Amino acid sequence: MKEIQNIQCPCPESEPGAAEDAKRETRHLHYKIILAAVAVGLWFLVYRQLSAFAGFLTYTVFSLQQGSHLGEAVHFFLYDTPKVLMLLTLVIYGVGVIRTFFTPEKTRKILAGKKESLGNVLAALLGIVTPFCSCSAVPLFIGFVTAGIPLGVTLSFLIAAPMVNEIALILLYGLLGWKIAALYLVTGLLVAIVAGWLIGRLGMEKHIEDWVLEIRTNADEVPVDNLGWDERLRAGRRAVVDIVSKVWIYVVAGIAVGAGIHGYVPEGFMASVMGKDAWWSVPAAVIIGIPMYSNAAGIVPVINALLGKGAALGTVLAFMMSVIALSLPEMVILRKVLKPTMIAVFIGVVGSGILLVGYLFNMII
Amino acid sequence: MKIQVCGPGCANCTKAESVVKEAVADAGIDAEILKVADFAEMAKLGVLSTPAIVIDGKIMCVGKVPTKNEVLQWLA
Repeated sequence: MKEIQNIQCPCPESEPGAAEDAKRETRHLHYKIILAAVAVGLWFLVYRQLSAFAGFLTYTVFSLQQGSHLGEAVHFFLYDTPKVLMLLTLVIYGVGVIRTFFTPEKTRKILAGKKESLGNVLAALLGIVTPFCSCSAVPLFIGFVTAGIPLGVTLSFLIAAPMVNEIALILLYGLLGWKIAALYLVTGLLVAIVAGWLIGRLGMEKHIEDWVLEIRTNADEVPVDNLGWDERLRAGRRAVVDIVSKVWIYVVAGIAVGAGIHGYVPEGFMASVMGKDAWWSVPAAVIIGIPMYSNAAGIVPVINALLGKGAALGTVLAFMMSVIALSLPEMVILRKVLKPTMIAVFIGVVGSGILLVGYLFNMII
Repeated sequence: MKIQVCGPGCANCTKAESVVKEAVADAGIDAEILKVADFAEMAKLGVLSTPAIVIDGKIMCVGKVPTKNEVLQWLA
């Protein structure tokens, strides 16, 4: 079997020397909790000053003119970069800690023996909190299906895991407000639940590669988890270092593109191309999004800028979901366990779901 | 002793393998290190996420790159 190369894999790494420090650090847990509270307080103080600081830098220090193209672009960049990076750090830490309570094995145990409809809902929800990286998609798929979890339920998990992305969620909240973040969360879950349920109804089991179906695994094999709070907090820190060091470049690049659009693209320019009246823009956004494989962190600043110039929300959300949920590299990995028909159905069903979300938003907002 | 390192070949899987090799060299023990890139074999071992380390059929860690000290403890 050919090895998979160059796939971005956000699996966690261990911190060197973690084991020896564990005992010593447990005693200092109280101090650490106080320290964490102080850190969060400082975080909020700094966060609230970012806008004023970016304005000061742009218009006073660089003496750029307020309202000029360059001034607007620079201000956008100087404000959004620290803002997004700060939000990212806080959320990744939180999610890193929460994820220590979930493992793929536990999720499998929860899903095994559940009825299909309830199973689809649970699978999509667990897809958000279970640690998952794209190079684990295949072993996870095999592990789920061969332990008797229905194909549709497994796919609900595999759709929700990348699509409902905590990084995308928090960036939408930070840049566009809680309403849009909530819409993204709810519709993302719905697409995963309905698409998985639908594929389950289609009886696609015969389109799983034969060698997979010959394997039998047991959902009761769950490794014991006796992590202390200290280790959970450490996992959060590790996640921050690991993920931020990998995605910051995408974030900065994304914001730079966003800043360019913000400063130089005329107001309302996107309305003709990506506006509500351009019916074809939603399918176009989905199709363009499939071969693109960007980090959720990099795509949100771009769509933020597009929205600001009159692009319709549905079109932009459809584009984002397509980029992060339907990626070519993941299809190539899944091809190892799914026959081509099944891959086509998968793309078709999920793509249609995203399409509907796009049209729905363009209609109601 | 038979050590299996499961991973399709992404960066972290390669890292896990080199950590294991280092630990085995440090411990100075005679162990056979095998790389498992075949998904069917991984599933049979019970591995759900990669990279994973399996020693003599027992899963020691999944979904993360272990530290050298962790591996040394398993080898002892």
